[in-house]
Amino acid sequence: MQETVKKLTPEPEYKIIGTRPQRPDGVDKVTGRARFGADHNLPGQLTGLVLRSPHPHANIRSIDVSAAMALPGVKAIVTRDDFKDQGSEFVPAGEMLINYRDVVRNVMARERALYEGHAVAAVAALSPSIAKAALKLIKVDYEILPHVLDVDEAMAPGAPILHPGMITAGMDPAPKRESNVAKRVEFALGDVAKGFAAADVIVERHFETKSVHQGYIEPHACLATVAEDGQADIWVSTQGHWIVRAHCARLLGMDISKIRVTATEIGGGFGGKTVVYLEPLALALSRKAGKPVKMTMSRDEVFRATGPTSGAKMRIKIGATKDGRIVACDGELKYLAGAFQGSPVAPGCMCAFAPYDVDHVKIVGYDVVSNRPKVAAYRAPGGPISGYAVESVIDELASKLKLDPIAFRLKNAARQGTKAAYGPKFGPVGLVESLQAAQSHDHWKAPLKVNQGRGIAAGFWFNIGGETTVSIALNEDGTLVLMAGTPDIGGLRASLCMMAAEELGIGMDAIRVTIADTQSLGYNFLTGGSRSTFSSGMGVVEASRSIVKQVCERAAKLWELPTDAIEYVDGSVRPAGANAGKHPPMTLKQVAAMAGKTGGPIVGSSSINAHGAAPSFGVHLCDVEVDPETGRTTIIRYTVIQDAGRAIHPAYVEGQYQGGAVQGIGWALNEEYVYGTDGKLQNAGFLDYRIPVASDLPMIDTVIVEVPNPAHPYGVRGIGETPIVPPMGAIANAITHATGLRFQSLPMSPPKVLAAIDAARAVGDVNFKLKVA
Amino acid sequence: MRYEAPETLEAATALLAAEMGIARVLAGGTDLLVQMKTDMVDPALVVDLKRIGEMRTITKAVDGFHIGAAVSGAELKEQVELKQHWPGLVEAANLIGSTQIQGRATLGGNLCNASPAADSIPALIAANATVSIFGPKGRRQLAVEDVVLAPRKTALDKGEFVVSFHIPLRAKGMGDAYLRFIPRTEMDIAVVGAGIGLKTDPSGVITAARIGLGAVASRPLHVKAAGDALVGSKLDKAAVDKMVDAVRAACKPIDDKRGTIEFRIKVAGVIAARAAAIAYDRART
Ligand SMILES: Cc1cc2nc3c(=O)[nH]c(=O)nc-3n(C[C@H](O)[C@H](O)[C@H](O)COP(=O)(O)OP(=O)(O)OC[C@H]3O[C@@H](n4cnc5c(N)ncnc54)[C@H](O)[C@@H]3O)c2cc1C
Repeated sequence: MQETVKKLTPEPEYKIIGTRPQRPDGVDKVTGRARFGADHNLPGQLTGLVLRSPHPHANIRSIDVSAAMALPGVKAIVTRDDFKDQGSEFVPAGEMLINYRDVVRNVMARERALYEGHAVAAVAALSPSIAKAALKLIKVDYEILPHVLDVDEAMAPGAPILHPGMITAGMDPAPKRESNVAKRVEFALGDVAKGFAAADVIVERHFETKSVHQGYIEPHACLATVAEDGQADIWVSTQGHWIVRAHCARLLGMDISKIRVTATEIGGGFGGKTVVYLEPLALALSRKAGKPVKMTMSRDEVFRATGPTSGAKMRIKIGATKDGRIVACDGELKYLAGAFQGSPVAPGCMCAFAPYDVDHVKIVGYDVVSNRPKVAAYRAPGGPISGYAVESVIDELASKLKLDPIAFRLKNAARQGTKAAYGPKFGPVGLVESLQAAQSHDHWKAPLKVNQGRGIAAGFWFNIGGETTVSIALNEDGTLVLMAGTPDIGGLRASLCMMAAEELGIGMDAIRVTIADTQSLGYNFLTGGSRSTFSSGMGVVEASRSIVKQVCERAAKLWELPTDAIEYVDGSVRPAGANAGKHPPMTLKQVAAMAGKTGGPIVGSSSINAHGAAPSFGVHLCDVEVDPETGRTTIIRYTVIQDAGRAIHPAYVEGQYQGGAVQGIGWALNEEYVYGTDGKLQNAGFLDYRIPVASDLPMIDTVIVEVPNPAHPYGVRGIGETPIVPPMGAIANAITHATGLRFQSLPMSPPKVLAAIDAARAVGDVNFKLKVA
Repeated sequence: MRYEAPETLEAATALLAAEMGIARVLAGGTDLLVQMKTDMVDPALVVDLKRIGEMRTITKAVDGFHIGAAVSGAELKEQVELKQHWPGLVEAANLIGSTQIQGRATLGGNLCNASPAADSIPALIAANATVSIFGPKGRRQLAVEDVVLAPRKTALDKGEFVVSFHIPLRAKGMGDAYLRFIPRTEMDIAVVGAGIGLKTDPSGVITAARIGLGAVASRPLHVKAAGDALVGSKLDKAAVDKMVDAVRAACKPIDDKRGTIEFRIKVAGVIAARAAAIAYDRART
């Protein structure tokens, strides 16, 4: 059931906010008219393909492209020699940081190939088959080096070093020896030793999660063209075209103004399309060849060379008193960053204990490089990993204390005024309300059958604001054009349209909304951090209010009244107060028609750094059934409960809740990067990298809780990322309650679960409770 | 690459036999085209068999069903009578892929692609199927379990291809079933597959049993000892345990991304026992 929206505060009467109109991009999407990354073409375009390293770790002694270049139909080849080296400089990418020294090396290997699939050269040719043939003619002289994939092995002394001379940052004193540990981070509050001394029960466990991919259905694709005068255009499926522009300008040594980036429709990103891979290569090839170059990745390339998020090993220790008060939390997180530093271990640390109000907290994280593809942001980067570990320990503590797991969480829940270990004090947040909604939900009370178990977990994500530009133009006929610059991944255009229509007191179909290219609007940071409805929404409200103000001014001028004697109601202006009734109201349409005569075109715009993003807490309930003979877990029932602040378009909020839960189900049960001892990825495709299919899932029920964010005109919080934080914990806890066994390693795939079942049977584990029919 | 679509068996054989480079026959293409796209094979000649009448028809004769090797899964599903006789076989064929794949995928392709995990092969073994092969030397018959020799390797000689499958009619007291284990619910490759065909006498005693296994060895297996373990029983626990032991003893799987050796061996027994229960139920009704 998706219809529950829990309104917790009396709210203004909205006409459009909170309704479920059709999305502006809906018809194009269902008819196939919508144009995604690979749907853009130009006359005379070349096909670009990438040569990738077959080795997980190798020095590149030389690259000889002469034979390939001599192949008829080959128009350009680029290698490391075509990209200037970059110094170390960190810039934000979504909620993560990237370093240009590493970006230039990730898009094209320099001294070394650091993972299987690392780009080594790129070819542009008249046809895909010529390009393919050319790749085979490029001679790369590799000196194969020993590789390392596992986080503990990568951290161990004597491990193969990926970046000679890398010294762990964040240590005092700084270590003398190079290592694969890029960084150590620590967040602390109070005194954990003191906290644990007051504990009656302490649970300490180790956990492991595997690298998982964002799994967007649309592979990376772009079309680039660089003209003779250096003016470039690129069409690309991305979460942030201003970011693409910035990175490409930097890597290619071009002025930002020379590159126009158009974001195409996007077939999923989940954080994975916040970085560049093909874009600088396509531009470089086009610049060399003097022709447009189109590049699309195969699914195999997507798995080997993009995404994933970190695998991790973790230790979590939590202590509580007999009456259920958590007194101390301690953790250590080791996250795999892939070939270059920049795992989401810091947000992982910051999220870990965020749902709980605890006085004594300490958490340490390590960012570790290994011979895997460089991780990219994935929905709440870092949060789901530590959240899984923490929620498992919370569940075990509740069991040990014989407390109801919701009551235990309620007793310790973060609320307004709670100081988080990572720094801030929370404003109004909806964790308590979400837990209460879970408690009263019929899912929580429904009976379970044999071999079934129920799990619950809470989750948190920060959400961000950031640089945003929005523009709204009033057309001559009273309709409006709305331009935003954050790519629409989850229904943004609908939500922006709704906010503008609500502000302007008009119907949604009077507004056409476009995601503008980088040439048509001021700067926009990317769609990430669950920021787009929040930030672009704030911009829309400001721009709409500017239109209202201008419309009032025009009427004032016309009626020769002071501006404050005019009011704007339901899409019309009219004299107000003492002047009420002096003139008949004028509609937006009438004002628009006279705009030329009253002062010129009416355009409202907003350029802001959106402040006041507020976190969203969620609670997931999950029922599973475990097959005692095969170890296979079936999700029987699933409910997502989450604070949205305010749901502008509830159906798209529900869609985000459901989508996050589904990705989490895949992460929990089957998804993992499987490597051979040769360091090569063995499951680079959807056949053996098992994201859930529709028939694996029950309908995911949702409850939208609304605790408005006071910093947003409509109370919006970001909601897109929190839904992937609780699933792994909820499912692990459900499997525990079904089997009587705890699983401390993801994925909880059938072979792993069956092995645990067999081991429990062999030793006569008293907790084990599955029954064979 | 050359593409040919002959209309007779003879013409197809002649084309295949004359080709000096790599030649492949094409049925539904759901394996072949994927392999070509991913550079696993680059044939010089592709011979499409779908225009040959005999390969696209299903006939019922006194000696049983003759199923053309190029009949699609979706077409099999429409065959009410075949389904009544061999529900397990039709279910196995219909497990392949998805609705879209079913419109193309064939039994001939599933067999000759020579994957140890092919879903229809254990069910065909359980149904005691034989294949009719056509080649430069004319026709020959082979038991279905003798076609696949190893992954991607069949007993077919140059120029030969499978024309049709022959399956006996179901006598009273017979039943079959196929089950597979996959981590998901569809769009997956069998980690283990088990097909069971049983014959019972009027009192419910099993008089014959054939058990085919998939994905537990380098090729699909006919496990005679497992079938024999059930003969003389009414599928009581002791007989099932014996059958499960024989199934597990026959498994020689590999450790890979789809499952561990221990897991496959263990689950092969579980799945075979569950399939046997369904087949027995069908035999008795
Ligand atoms: C998305 C997807 C899902 C799939 N799911 C499953 C599944 O669940 N279970 C499963 O078992 N398979 C699955 N497959 C594999 C495939 O669909 C099946 O093996 C199918 O039965 C192949 O039949 P086809 O007619 O498409 O074969 P083709 O691709 O046409 O041929 C396969 C091979 O057999 C040869 N061949 C074909 N017909 C003959 C003949 N008559 N004589 C001699 N050689 C012949 C071809 O030369 C080729 O080498 C899946 C494939 C895809 C793409």
